[in-house]
Amino acid sequence: MKLLRDQSAALRARLPLAYRDGMSRGALRGALHLGLLATLPRRVTDFVRLVAILFAAVTVSPAPTFAGEGGRTSKPVVSIENPGKCIAPAEEMRRNHMEMIKHQRDRTLRQGIRGEPASLNGCIDCHASKKTGSVLGQDGFCQSCHEYAAVKLDCFECHQPKSKFKPAAQAAATEMGRKP
Amino acid sequence: MSQHQNPRRAFIAAAGASVAGLGFTAIAPGLHLMAVGEANAAPRPAGQAASPAIRWGLLIDANKCAPGCTKCIDACHEENGVSEQMPDPRQNSQWIRKIELVDRRNGKLTTLPMMCQHCAKPPCVDVCPTGASMKRADGIVLVDRHTCIGCRYCMMACPYKARSFVHAPLTEQTPGTPRGKGCVESCTLCVHRVDKGQQPACVEKCPEGAMTFGDLNDPESVISKRIASANTTQVRGELKLDLGVRYQGI
Amino acid sequence: MATLNPRHEEGLFYALAVLGGAVSAIGLAAALYMEHSGHVVTGMNNQIVWGLPHVFAIFLIVAASGVLNVASIGSVFGKKPYKSRAPLSALLCIAMLTGGLTVIMLDLGRADRLMVAATHFNPTSVFGWNVILYPGMYAIVAVYLWTLMERRMNPYSKVAGLATFIWRILLTTGTGSIFAFLVARQAYGNAILPAMFIIMSFAWGLAVFMIVQKTMFGWNDMTLHAAIRGRMKNLLGTFVAAVFYFVATYHLTNIYFAKQTAFEEFILLSGGIFPVLFWVGYVLVGTVLPLLLIYVPDLNRLRGSVFAASTLVVIGAFCLLYVFIIGGQAFPLEIFPGYDVKSSFMDGAIDHYSPTLPEALLAFGGLGIAFTLTTVGVRVLRFLPQDDIAELEAAGSIVD
Repeated sequence: MKLLRDQSAALRARLPLAYRDGMSRGALRGALHLGLLATLPRRVTDFVRLVAILFAAVTVSPAPTFAGEGGRTSKPVVSIENPGKCIAPAEEMRRNHMEMIKHQRDRTLRQGIRGEPASLNGCIDCHASKKTGSVLGQDGFCQSCHEYAAVKLDCFECHQPKSKFKPAAQAAATEMGRKP
Repeated sequence: MSQHQNPRRAFIAAAGASVAGLGFTAIAPGLHLMAVGEANAAPRPAGQAASPAIRWGLLIDANKCAPGCTKCIDACHEENGVSEQMPDPRQNSQWIRKIELVDRRNGKLTTLPMMCQHCAKPPCVDVCPTGASMKRADGIVLVDRHTCIGCRYCMMACPYKARSFVHAPLTEQTPGTPRGKGCVESCTLCVHRVDKGQQPACVEKCPEGAMTFGDLNDPESVISKRIASANTTQVRGELKLDLGVRYQGI
Repeated sequence: MATLNPRHEEGLFYALAVLGGAVSAIGLAAALYMEHSGHVVTGMNNQIVWGLPHVFAIFLIVAASGVLNVASIGSVFGKKPYKSRAPLSALLCIAMLTGGLTVIMLDLGRADRLMVAATHFNPTSVFGWNVILYPGMYAIVAVYLWTLMERRMNPYSKVAGLATFIWRILLTTGTGSIFAFLVARQAYGNAILPAMFIIMSFAWGLAVFMIVQKTMFGWNDMTLHAAIRGRMKNLLGTFVAAVFYFVATYHLTNIYFAKQTAFEEFILLSGGIFPVLFWVGYVLVGTVLPLLLIYVPDLNRLRGSVFAASTLVVIGAFCLLYVFIIGGQAFPLEIFPGYDVKSSFMDGAIDHYSPTLPEALLAFGGLGIAFTLTTVGVRVLRFLPQDDIAELEAAGSIVD
């Protein structure tokens, strides 16, 4: 298992400030500055202040949950179980994989074009962990990096994250077929 | 639902039915040779889009459909990984279901499988706000789950109740059939098999050979010839939706 | 309320705002729970696909459009007594629209994909039109409010009022068309529905307006001038009767068509909860009693009779929508005429729907949002209708 620390550091540097330092400071400062609103009628300011304080409370509270050890997110685990077969250099994949599979998915689903180089199942076949068989999980190829970059990973609400997965019922039927 | 039945018993029943069934030969356990319908075609070459010259369709002979048999449902659910059981069975996905019809005039019992009818003018496609409900060039009606927002308007609009809403998170999907919580789904005519030149799972596994799959646009196809010679019906034909699925014997 | 001193009054306002906020927050939490677990935690299923949230949301959206009628009567049809009510009517419209749309959107299977709905547009879908009509309503009402509140913009208020009126008619046409364009189910697919929804919006919107107006007047220890009260109650009566006319036409047409008689028999006689809600909830409570309260002189002279009539109209509205939306789905689709049908999926069988707690909380959350926005809105902004009786009498707008 190989950790690509340099890439993750680079990725981290590109993230907006808010992700690195948590959002708490800005929100608190905003709440304090509401003092300026004192010139408005009291009824309005009271209400605005109440809303602002509630908002600040909501914004601040989840910050410690998102930040990992020492306020920092843990590094992604980027392990490639089946290396050397990728359809493009790692640099390009890292930057453009979503565009690639997004365009492919639309062509495949809507126009019925099959056999394109980019495919989610293709990704999964090479990148699924040998231990869990999946690209998800704490050390999963997709999940760990997406969690680190705080980018929502929506594919696996519908797509199967395990390589060559057979549902229990189907596996049993195939098994019976092989050994009567 | 019977997909959780003992697999051994299911297999033995399937093998037995294959031996006895019309037009089927069991050459090895678990492997059926189709003698009716069309042989598997060549897969569509990589990079080639589905052709509007083709209109995929099904012909279902209700006279041959055996009451109580659920092989097509089992095949569909196995192929597409539809295995989840909700506490309330009305929340289960029903890609294909068996309907029992009793003629009110003479009490005659007919059974048939009902699924997405793959309309040429599908109401589900008309009503979908995001265009997720779509018809492919070769007539297969699909849901693009990447843009389905789960509003269920298509389920209100479908005259055949062919669509289901996934009511809970799923983990047992097959790699070939992505499906998940919060989206609407229905029979895909096994589009992933059809594109490989295979037949839909239900057609292949029907022990009675009651289902024929093929190109409705090709006058030389088995399905077209049968429709030309036999008396076939489009369900709720008065809606003039021009269905891809036709029935015999109702 | 005359005895309230300012401190108690302020306390009561905060209590109401907190109550409304709490109901809204619980509704949002319920939606989050539904989103997380899937709709398995609701009573909705693959036969009854729209449930209680849709009943509440459609009431709020239809009434939101209708409540704007009050403003239109003032600016488009030039009836003076309604002019001072335009700002409140616009505020109520925005509040209810927000409540209704929030419920509809949070009930989506993929509520997280709101951006998809905004960026993918299917021109043949009535829902697609609504994606344009509903946000457009906000914009137009906001502009209309601006022309009303900003003195320099006042000259444009008539044009803005007319635009709002047209947009509102289109919007409710869109809501009615959601059902009118469905061929599949017996209850829907009927061209009378868009028109019926428009007249329903008139009645329900005015009823909601009367309730809010009465509450605000009571709060401020004011009474509505008898002549204005008389005009508004008569208008409500006309609308309620008109809704009944449309509902009766819809059912009578269906009864006349042989293919629809089984469905009508179900909805009006044999369908368990649905006939009860229709006859008792809608016809008796929501139509007959309000009309008696409005038109029988001995009754309408009673204090609070118009308020009571308006409340009953709203209760009747919920009953009618429940029968229309849930009842319409509970009845099986007629897929094989001439056959008795049975399957694993409710073919040929009446479905029954029992809402669960999460979806009920979401539905009430919509009411909570509308209530909170209204309560806070009328507090922060000066939207209390002020009638200059002398001026109205001089203009001949009110006659005792």
